[in-house]
Amino acid sequence: MLEPEIWGLIGRSILETFYMVLVSTFASYVIGLPLGVLLAITDKDGITPCAPLYTVLGFIINVLRSVPFLILMMTIQPLTRAIVGTVLGSTATIVPLVVGASPFIARMVESSLKEVDHGVIEAATSIGCSPFQIVWKVLLPEARPSLTVGAAISITTILGYSAMAGFVGGGGLGAVATNYGYYRYQSDVMLVIVIILVIIVQIFQEVGMRVSRRFDKRIR
Amino acid sequence: MRFPMQQAANPIIEISGLRKVFHTKQGDFTALDGIDLSIGAGDIFGIIGLSGAGKSTLVRCINYLESPTEGTIRFDGRVLGTLKPAELREARRSMGMIFQQFNLLMQRTALGNICLPLEIAGVPRKKAVERAQELLELVGLPDRADAYPAQLSGGQKQRVAIARALATNPKVLLCDEATSALDPTTTRSILALLKEINQKLGITIVVITHEMSVIEEICRHVAIIDQSRIAEVGEVEEIFVNPQSDIARRLIFPGGMPVERLGSERCVRIVFDGNSSFEPVVANLVLECGTAVNILFADTKDIDGRAFGQMLIQLPDDEIAQKRVFNYLSRVGISYKEESIHA
Ligand SMILES: Nc1ncnc2c1ncn2[C@@H]1O[C@H](COP(=O)(O)OP(=O)(O)O)[C@@H](O)[C@H]1O
Ligand SMILES: [Mg+2]
Repeated sequence: MLEPEIWGLIGRSILETFYMVLVSTFASYVIGLPLGVLLAITDKDGITPCAPLYTVLGFIINVLRSVPFLILMMTIQPLTRAIVGTVLGSTATIVPLVVGASPFIARMVESSLKEVDHGVIEAATSIGCSPFQIVWKVLLPEARPSLTVGAAISITTILGYSAMAGFVGGGGLGAVATNYGYYRYQSDVMLVIVIILVIIVQIFQEVGMRVSRRFDKRIR
Repeated sequence: MRFPMQQAANPIIEISGLRKVFHTKQGDFTALDGIDLSIGAGDIFGIIGLSGAGKSTLVRCINYLESPTEGTIRFDGRVLGTLKPAELREARRSMGMIFQQFNLLMQRTALGNICLPLEIAGVPRKKAVERAQELLELVGLPDRADAYPAQLSGGQKQRVAIARALATNPKVLLCDEATSALDPTTTRSILALLKEINQKLGITIVVITHEMSVIEEICRHVAIIDQSRIAEVGEVEEIFVNPQSDIARRLIFPGGMPVERLGSERCVRIVFDGNSSFEPVVANLVLECGTAVNILFADTKDIDGRAFGQMLIQLPDDEIAQKRVFNYLSRVGISYKEESIHA
């Protein structure tokens, strides 16, 4: 079995991982949610179509999304250093996580909002809703179940990214897996971390699904 | 042709020269062309046509969900095309709309749905809830305030939608195929509710439908739209008695008139205009004229307890007997038209 120090290390790294993932997810939504709304409403079937904005925004997002996370992380190291002061550790990992996840979240939000029945938007327009009111009172609340599922997917994706970040100086479970499991060939440490990651993903996914279903009023 | 329509006495909606062209990948498509309509305040005005005729486009132009390519919509004295976006939203509060698919917010309760237009209009929460509760009573759902749309039947959903449309005290209620997703019994109850709203609240109702029975049941005036144009417009009774356009005849007699299939014969078309009931007329005709007649075709409808419609009667060969039939019809004051039918 693993020594107690290793368990202590794993325990701390779990907390670090939660810190990175939760802060990154929050910050990514602060950026990605408005972008997703913008994409959904400026597309040609949206409530305020604007092809130039949609195209430019979509292009930037696609470029960011097509860069693999590790490469993105190294590419933006100057930015990370400028913001955090270092490129190592958990806090520094938050920057690339946010840059990597925001475009992903923007697309998730866009697709959730586009699922809202067009007739409902039309009804809202017919009672005198402004575009802002449609977003706030119709699109976001009606898309809530789908947005919740999207959040669960986002959070688990960010968890995956954060583990990868451990390879290039990030903190958390990924760092322990890299330093002990990979460089020191402690495959038992690796196995434990894999199991922990699987459990965390399962928990987020399950909670997300349940919350989504629990609050979806379309289900009788 | 009964066209164009005489100006309504006190119009609330005036449509003139309306044209709507959709630009699609396959080219331009003219969904509405040269539409002139005048809808009187307090009326129940039907717009009927086959699927794809342009009915929805027309009603969506009335509240500018769709901007006309050409022409003007005047609502309550204001030309909608000249309004700024905020003024247009304000004007829309005076025009409720209901839809075939109800279009309720699925994540809000019945009460929450009815509150939405009130929230938009800036009504304080407490007042909005009171008003919504009143409206639920008006539409006959006082105890379903907390139900979500998924827990309501189609008819109940449409009632909630009606309440939502009425929340801001509109002058006009636009109904686009509002009963087309409902069974006949529910359809009748929703139509009765619309009639009641028209009478109680004096709200002008515009009813879009592809079913003549809906027009018969509640409308006073009707416009028949065919292939992007108005084919005929007038009072419902008038059009039932004497449809002028092919499309009107097709809609009124969906079974089709078997006229074309007959040999060359002398016939008489009897028109029931609501002043008589048709059974004694035919019976007495046979008795008085002492001759048998052959009913080739009949399509009569009971509207508000009176007979409307047409009957095509094949006359006997005997000329004197024919004269007797004509005399009899003139005497009892039934309008008729002699027709000879060609193969
Ligand atoms: N947004 C649109 N783009 C292109 N064509 C449309 C659009 N909306 C309606 N049409 C076309 O216009 C015609 C009339 O449609 P509509 O007004 O919905 O008919 P109705 O309600 O009488 O069935 C149809 O041929 C339809 O395909
Ligand atoms: Mg339609």
